[in-house]
Amino acid sequence: MSALRESLGFLASRLRQVGIFVALILIVLLFQVLTDGILLQPQNVTNLVVQNSYILILAIGMVMVIIAGHIDLSVGSIAGFIGAVSGVMIVHWGWAWWIAIPACLLVGALVGAWQGYWIAYVGIPAFIVTLAGMLIFRGLTLITLKNQQITPFPDELRALGGGFLPDISGGTSVLEWLTVILGVGGTAAILFQSIKERRVRRKFNLENEPMAWFAIKTAFIALLMLGITFLLASYRGTPIVLIVLAVLVIVYSALMSNSIFGRHTYAIGGNLHAAELSGIKTKAVTFRLFVNMGVLAALAGLVFTARLNSAQPAGGTGFELDSIAAAFIGGAAVQGGIGTVAGAMVGGLIMGVLNNGMSILGLGTDYQQLIKGLVLLLAVGFDIFNKNRSGGSGSTLGKRFKWKTTPPSAVGEPQEPKPAAKTPVSVASASHPAQAENH
Amino acid sequence: MNVPILQMRGITKTFPGVKALQDVTLDVNRGEVHAICGENGAGKSTLMKVLSGVYPHGTFDGDILFENEPCDFSTINDSEKRGIVIIHQELALSPYLSIAENIFLGNEIASRGWVNWRQTNLEAAKLLARVGLSENPVTPIQHISVGKQQLVEIAKALSKEVKLLILDEPTAALNDEDSDHLLDLILHLKGQGVTSIIISHKLNEIRKVADAVTIIRDGKSIETLRLDQGQITQERIIRGMVGRDLESLYPERTPRIGEEVLRIEDWSVQHPQDHSRTVVHNASLNVRKGEVVGLAGLMGAGRTELAMSVFGRSYGRAVSGKVFKYGEEIDTSSVPEAIRHGIAYATEDRKHYGLNLIEDIKRNISMAALGKLSRGGWVDKNQETTVANRYRKSMNIKAPSVAAITGKLSGGNQQKVVLSKWMFSDPDVLILDEPTRGIDVGAKFEIYTIIAELAAEGKAVIVISSELPELLGICDRIYTLSAGHVTGEVPIAEASQETLMHYMTQEKE
Repeated sequence: MSALRESLGFLASRLRQVGIFVALILIVLLFQVLTDGILLQPQNVTNLVVQNSYILILAIGMVMVIIAGHIDLSVGSIAGFIGAVSGVMIVHWGWAWWIAIPACLLVGALVGAWQGYWIAYVGIPAFIVTLAGMLIFRGLTLITLKNQQITPFPDELRALGGGFLPDISGGTSVLEWLTVILGVGGTAAILFQSIKERRVRRKFNLENEPMAWFAIKTAFIALLMLGITFLLASYRGTPIVLIVLAVLVIVYSALMSNSIFGRHTYAIGGNLHAAELSGIKTKAVTFRLFVNMGVLAALAGLVFTARLNSAQPAGGTGFELDSIAAAFIGGAAVQGGIGTVAGAMVGGLIMGVLNNGMSILGLGTDYQQLIKGLVLLLAVGFDIFNKNRSGGSGSTLGKRFKWKTTPPSAVGEPQEPKPAAKTPVSVASASHPAQAENH
Repeated sequence: MNVPILQMRGITKTFPGVKALQDVTLDVNRGEVHAICGENGAGKSTLMKVLSGVYPHGTFDGDILFENEPCDFSTINDSEKRGIVIIHQELALSPYLSIAENIFLGNEIASRGWVNWRQTNLEAAKLLARVGLSENPVTPIQHISVGKQQLVEIAKALSKEVKLLILDEPTAALNDEDSDHLLDLILHLKGQGVTSIIISHKLNEIRKVADAVTIIRDGKSIETLRLDQGQITQERIIRGMVGRDLESLYPERTPRIGEEVLRIEDWSVQHPQDHSRTVVHNASLNVRKGEVVGLAGLMGAGRTELAMSVFGRSYGRAVSGKVFKYGEEIDTSSVPEAIRHGIAYATEDRKHYGLNLIEDIKRNISMAALGKLSRGGWVDKNQETTVANRYRKSMNIKAPSVAAITGKLSGGNQQKVVLSKWMFSDPDVLILDEPTRGIDVGAKFEIYTIIAELAAEGKAVIVISSELPELLGICDRIYTLSAGHVTGEVPIAEASQETLMHYMTQEKE
């Protein structure tokens, strides 16, 4: 009984993380009912994955940029541009896919470096630089394509967008066994990892989730994994792009939580001045974030082009908004410092399921946009409401409305703390006379 | 002649856990310039905030009589209606609006919602003439110097038909020439019947303009000195400001001082925006192994600016001078370089410059030295937790675990996290800027103990503090700064609050 109460209390404290997940499940269930079960049919689940893969790839880079306190409006145009470049390289010049793909990623890196230079070293806000980039790279897309689509692409590249892992049973089985093996193996790895993590936390005397909650959560994730595995296996198996995406999610999640680079990204977004005064090379970190974003945008462009089997002048239009929405629905804070790759993936899936479900229902883009907009507003509004109620101290709310301070080089007397009462932290010390005095 | 315009009686203002003002009395006569003097944190600004309605009536105890009528201001607008205008140290002007627009901001000359620009600019020009500022009223504020902006603030106050003008550290951000001009203006306005309260600790200024001085110390009004009774002398004011007993709030330590670790020579720093102001002038100082060196100085003396500019040019422009470590010149032109050379700077403003408040304790502690916890760019989280737990124990950080968010900790515990961060970077020189600001007494003792231990380990420690008893309690040697100059170097045996305050208020040409 007390375990249950403990779990509920814990649940309340994790309302945001849990809420987003519950929201995804509710939306899936809703459309499952509304579409008479079409949503979760194996073919549609496969479609769902493939259709959203490039948004999810973009959302990985986007959430990192947002964590650092920036934004990137240019990713859709970059994706379109790289699609065009790949068309020229592969179709016009006849380059092999294994040369063209690295070359395209390199072009993406250069595009990112261009933007990162203006943002990190010149100091122009990312909003402006990437708004300019949105126009620049759309223009370059049109120039590269001479306003005409390039098609068709060879099968090897198309596999990136629409290919599946081979059927190892040679077509004799109803299920794709390779997918089953991967799915079960992946689930086992996740279970193993969660239990290990929990042990370590206990060993180092860190707060741990209540046992009941941990068990429910882990069991749920395992069942979800197995369910998706089964659905994919009973259609055509694992889409190649899902493997790409899974590798990216694993690598980038680890990067953000365990690498120096990831830590520095959070530190910059959480408190730029403190990060600088701790010796973090903030400009270099920002620059690298945008290079990385460029590479991921290039990859998304390749996947998209491969899926459509054509490079199109308008390719990638609007991707930036979907990926930004994914990051924010997934719990990233507008002012930076907060967010996770996993959260952005869930956010992206919510958008994806909404898109897919409403399309099946035959709703026009007019209503689709309306509803997606409201969902974004509600998700972030709920977040703020939730943090506001819980006192806000050191929370997302504190971040969203962060009291912007002037760097020491911009104020007359650096001894002067800014009106501390505006920072939602520790009321007792904020109103201490030593600070109340003199401003 | 001596008609009271303002009487404040028994003012007591309490913040959670602290009495900021205790039974303060202030009497200001009509037509005088009344200075309020006190150390940083004594309660001067709090008293003015009580008077001007920043702290609304009812949030403090005591009575305020203005022109013999009781005051119950609930906002700053109420006090302005009665003719009490406060000019804060940080000017409240909008940089892109014109002088005239700023003067009449919130008080526009308009009919039916439409601004009468001709009238606005004409009136503004008249007001500018009164404060002796020859600028075109349509000039944007950002194009005039800080000194002139200060005058615009006064013109703005005059537009509200001010009777009592309160100036909070009006010359703190001004160069000498602008300061003189401002003080002349205060005297000029006095001739026109405007009463002024000026918060300042620059004794030469006070001697120049004040008819009366009220001294505030530790939230209490100590005494009011009057010029006509011949009471305003430097010695008297200093005695009033510091006259407090040294309590044995400090850990015992026997210093074991070794060779010189860090030496700063001829260090000069300009203000980042106002190039006419040199914030630190040719400062030289040194610190030795196992030694705790204090930097004393009043607000605006340049202590933090000196420390931050040495620590990776984090403040100011046109920084010049040399830094030597163990006798060899070192490069401290970027924060990573400074850290690499074993220098650590723990900021006075831990919320804005010290901590990532939305992150947990362990990640804050590891922030400045993640490299020590990682291999090939990957952080060893287990080791990180172990390290954080070690500091939580040794520094007595009170938190449920090292995964607790630092924004939720008390000031003292936050400060311990900042100190842990720098101790983990294993520096040879620690610069601690106001290490006990905003911390309760118990935690202060713990911080002092930590400082003593650091020195005992052979670190060289520089402590910047506004609290003289604190410096006297923990330092082996104290430098005093005044207006950017090092004005004194006092061994602890010869140091007293009076001697330090004497050097701290000394003006160097």
